[in-house]
Amino acid sequence: MSAEIRQIRTAAETALAAHFVAARSSLPGSAAIAALRDEAFHRFERDGLPSRRVEEWKYTDLRALMREAKPLAQAGPLANRRRKDQARLLASIEARRIVFVNGALVPEFSDLAEPEPGLVVTSMARALASADPSVIARLGKTVPTGDIAVALNNAFMRDGAVIEVAPGTALTRPLHLVFFNEGSEPAAVFLRSLVRIGENARVMLVESHEGSVGNQVNAALELDVGDGAHLDHVKITAEGAGDLHLSSMLAAVGAHARFNAFLFTTGATVVRNQLFVRFQGEGTIAAIRGASLLKGHQHADTTLIADHAVGGCTARELFKAVVDGEAQSIFQGKIIVQPRAQKTDSKMATHALLLSDGAETVNKPELEIFADDVQCGHGATSGNLDADLLFYLRARGIPEKDAQALLIQAFVGEAVEGIEHAGLRDCLMDEVVAWVKARN
Amino acid sequence: MHLLEVKNLHVEVDGRKILNGLELSVGKGSVHAIMGPNGSGKSTLAHVLAGKPGYVVTQGEVLLDGENLLELEPDERAARGLFLAFQYPLEIPGVATMTFLRTALNAQRKKRGEAEISTPEFLKRVREVAAKLAIDQEMLRRGVNVGFSGGEKKRNEILQMALLEPRLCVLDETDSGLDIDALKIVADGVNRLRHPDRAFVVITHYQRLLNYIVPDVVHVLSRGRIVKTGGKELALELEERGYAQYHEEAA
Repeated sequence: MSAEIRQIRTAAETALAAHFVAARSSLPGSAAIAALRDEAFHRFERDGLPSRRVEEWKYTDLRALMREAKPLAQAGPLANRRRKDQARLLASIEARRIVFVNGALVPEFSDLAEPEPGLVVTSMARALASADPSVIARLGKTVPTGDIAVALNNAFMRDGAVIEVAPGTALTRPLHLVFFNEGSEPAAVFLRSLVRIGENARVMLVESHEGSVGNQVNAALELDVGDGAHLDHVKITAEGAGDLHLSSMLAAVGAHARFNAFLFTTGATVVRNQLFVRFQGEGTIAAIRGASLLKGHQHADTTLIADHAVGGCTARELFKAVVDGEAQSIFQGKIIVQPRAQKTDSKMATHALLLSDGAETVNKPELEIFADDVQCGHGATSGNLDADLLFYLRARGIPEKDAQALLIQAFVGEAVEGIEHAGLRDCLMDEVVAWVKARN
Repeated sequence: MHLLEVKNLHVEVDGRKILNGLELSVGKGSVHAIMGPNGSGKSTLAHVLAGKPGYVVTQGEVLLDGENLLELEPDERAARGLFLAFQYPLEIPGVATMTFLRTALNAQRKKRGEAEISTPEFLKRVREVAAKLAIDQEMLRRGVNVGFSGGEKKRNEILQMALLEPRLCVLDETDSGLDIDALKIVADGVNRLRHPDRAFVVITHYQRLLNYIVPDVVHVLSRGRIVKTGGKELALELEERGYAQYHEEAA
């Protein structure tokens, strides 16, 4: 055994380890899944929670930010039977809703009946318990990573959605995964979803994370996008104050596909949204965008790794952050272009609007290019509202707060307008307006 | 009482004195032209009237209908009927022109204690004014001034002026960057707004604009003060002889 230097375990690390030992036998899954959990847990035992000394987590020091580990959420009777439509966000959007409360699928709240031909939706807990060979064969393999948030998810995953869309299927209604937290006792919620979009299928997948309990949420989504498929994915992180939200999207994208992802973040106190996107087929067009609106002591980190394994793909990344109060917005974006990924065209832009003296933004773009015939670039800006634009609006009679609101909406709107679904776009802009109004 | 009274106005920018005891009285229904060489303080006067931050008034006062403008915020001045047509109108990506116009109009109405304009009435008025200024509906669907040519931006300024119906219009170098056709459209737009209750202060470097917007009074501004006042023929004289003589008089 090597003499490695280990930091003393924090209270959260000790508690996580104890939770794993206690829950191990009751977590769903066959021997193969148990082995996956054990391997992940050993990685966690070895590495612990990442601190600022770990390069990828430098600006989101989980060791410091996660002071304690909440008890694992228990599946069981809901303390407070809510109707599914009490989930506030996107209620006006016509969608097939799959509702999870405190990390467990609630069938009676969910639209599981009469799926469109070519669509199969099941629960991850059930798939694990029944040792569904197709799920077990793919779990953890979509985009392999040594990331610690994903490792913790592997160790503790319990429920989530397993979605299979057959080749050539075009879903007319969006699929909306509602992750709702409720209750009086904060808990740790581990969500794991596995989604496969078949060749030439078309899907809009929306995730919203809501509710205010002070939960610790760790969500992971494995996404396999087939050749010629068109996926629009929108994830809304809107939990209440006190919540800690770790999320990892692991997406493998085939050839000649359309891959549109949007991250909209207004909630939770500590957020880490990780996107691991691997382009493994040529000719795909991708747009990865996001907007964060932060205030108070919120801390939101978006970490993107766009890995071009093959060439000829076009990717556009645009992230906007509006930061008020003492909030912090972090963006880390790495574009990797592998040696045979010639003709890659990848451009990344991040813009932050700082509304207060205490607001902070960190932009860390990285390009790792190993091919010689590519177009890659990145740009980052941060600044205050433009004083000349404010004056122009005020000179037309618009009071200062309203002029600021218009400019903030316009700033965020540039990212939101890239969402193809008009209803969803309007809903998100309504959220922006409400956020700005609450600020005034 | 004059609509606008500027008395002994001294203004500094970044510690540098730009206006130096400027006096100006503009009555209702009149058009005053302010001409002067570069650096004489023309744009500073326009900005100070509108309340742009960064200008320090060290002495003097500005009254609109007897009310001290200098104590008011820019939006309050606008609601009282002051309109500045910008020399360089700004582009505001993401703010739709119609949203901008409506927000501005309703903000002013609200401040004056008037009801918001109804949607049909608003659309009708915008359409009428836009047609006269050769602004098509497609332009109005874009972000404010986004992708507009120089001439289109100036026409959009006049469109805003016509909708907001101010009492005092200050036009800051509205002719700059305009070809002769655009100049005529803009001048016609201004002339249509001439009214016994409304006054104009037209700031320009060149006499050309004043062929189309014929002033009642012409002032020469040099080194931060009015050094000569005359009728419209003064503009022609300036065109012929230049500003050099006024530099000496002001010195």
